[in-house]
Amino acid sequence: MSAIALDGVTVRLGGRPVVREVTAQVECGEWVALIGPNGAGKTTLLRAIAGLLPYEGHVSLFERPAADLERRERARLLAVVPQEPQTPPWLTVAEYALMGRTPHLGPLAREGAADRDAAARALDRLGLEPFAERALGTLSGGERQRVVVARALAQEAPIVLLDEPTAALDIGHQQQALELLDALRSADGLTLVAAMHDLTLAAQYADRVLLLAEGRIVADGAPADVLTESALAEHYGASVRVVTLDDRIAVLPSRGS
Amino acid sequence: MEAAAAPVRTIRVRGVTPGWALGALAFLAVAFVVGVVAGPVDIGVGDVLRSLGEKLGIPGVTSPLDATHESILWDLRVPRVLLAALVGGMLAVAGATYQGVFHNPLADPYLLGVAAGAGLGATLAIAYLPHALEGRQVLPFAAFAGAAVAVVLAYGIGRAAGRERDSATLVLAGVTVASFFTALQTFVQQQNTETLQEVTSWILGSLPNTGWSDVAVLAPYVLLATAVIVAMRRVVDVLSLGDLEAASLGVDVRRTRLALVVAATVGTAAAVAVCGLIAFVGIIVPHAIRLVVGTSYRGLLPLSFVVGAGFLILADVVARTALAPAEVPIGVITALFGAPFFAFVLRTRGGRA
Repeated sequence: MSAIALDGVTVRLGGRPVVREVTAQVECGEWVALIGPNGAGKTTLLRAIAGLLPYEGHVSLFERPAADLERRERARLLAVVPQEPQTPPWLTVAEYALMGRTPHLGPLAREGAADRDAAARALDRLGLEPFAERALGTLSGGERQRVVVARALAQEAPIVLLDEPTAALDIGHQQQALELLDALRSADGLTLVAAMHDLTLAAQYADRVLLLAEGRIVADGAPADVLTESALAEHYGASVRVVTLDDRIAVLPSRGS
Repeated sequence: MEAAAAPVRTIRVRGVTPGWALGALAFLAVAFVVGVVAGPVDIGVGDVLRSLGEKLGIPGVTSPLDATHESILWDLRVPRVLLAALVGGMLAVAGATYQGVFHNPLADPYLLGVAAGAGLGATLAIAYLPHALEGRQVLPFAAFAGAAVAVVLAYGIGRAAGRERDSATLVLAGVTVASFFTALQTFVQQQNTETLQEVTSWILGSLPNTGWSDVAVLAPYVLLATAVIVAMRRVVDVLSLGDLEAASLGVDVRRTRLALVVAATVGTAAAVAVCGLIAFVGIIVPHAIRLVVGTSYRGLLPLSFVVGAGFLILADVVARTALAPAEVPIGVITALFGAPFFAFVLRTRGGRA
């Protein structure tokens, strides 16, 4: 069954089409990387899938039209990890993770013991239990990133959309974060769609890569099929070498010789 | 608890911790006693308690006060202290609410033109309706209408101009409406110099000595608005994550924000209508609480009401005793004492927030 199905999705921002006629499917349990140069429409497409922007065309989640889903119903199916999450410095890690439960609660967001347990489980899985009482303002960038993922986990949605989840992290923390997401995906059968800037990391972690350029999908397939030197030269204007490392590919910038 | 199954220790959410709740209530209680006891006529704490005992019908307790003192206590001081508590609590809760829903630490009732609109409405009433101040019947409604017009205008302009769900646009629209209304108000004032004095004293804010009538007028608005806001306190925390993230958590951002803004505005307009423009409470009280207690909105909103109430009672005590028998406008006191106090809190605790 497809977790996400897009059919002719167009998004206009200020009248200008930023995402054009995108048709694609994401299967349950898949990890799909959304790549493309700056301004290609990756963030906008993710927001449209999450129902945060008006769009033309059709979006279905688990074969139900997303337009028919009530807000909280949709948020129970799909969690979002934004590129630059707001982390009010006075909130504690526990309070922040608990907010992931919002779509499961009534309009006054009054939580129960089950919700506190779900938030505690999410913190535990990310090794954040010792941080539960800490204020967000006292955390490092890597810790904060894990807290945001914990909030998404507490949401217990089968689909997680991530917008450049590792943009603010160093290379070690990038790998840790992506390994963690991969482990959570296998354990919970999550479907992940992540906009990614680092093409090597995209190639190494994703099952499938969608290349977006000027709002259109110009390539869709396995990392080795999409991430070719010619495609990256054409759409990124980049001079790269694509090499194979331990059965996976890596994309290296090259100045030529 | 079996170690093997490793049931995860559940999390605690602070909200209002019992310690801080007790501390805030004790502060309010002390302020209340000081407010009732302070004044040119000497009435002791014991006398107050025994008089209260008699009113409550506690057997064996009789009031030691004569009729005059009883009247001063129950018809002047107690309603005035209650009025100060209602106004202070409302302004503080409204300020915290605006700060939460607009993601703007400087937001207060002046934002969105609430105060400017109320000021224009009151000025028009004082200038063109000569009996407005005598009965104090028309003034609240005029101020209320002015505030409502200002907010509707700000909301309309903000929505028409702004991208969807953009709270910064709304703030800009509010500032625009506020400066326009303030200019109009100054103009009306200049045209009616004979009423200038009355308008000026109203703008600086003062609590009227009108016994229970103003308390009765104000209480329903303040209590209802505060109840709505405090009930929604957890949602304010979600809104503080920003409009997009709140929406991605399934919150109807526009409707929720509208409900909170309407509640805060209705309460503020009612308070402003009765007491004029009392500056600074809406900013100082929530920020002082946040700096000292460091809490989320779920704790901040109820604490703001209690601490704001106590703060304005004490400010009013200073206003009516500092230059007795003359009264200093309470708005002057809140700024005069509030600003240095806040500067102190900011300097000593700022690093912790």
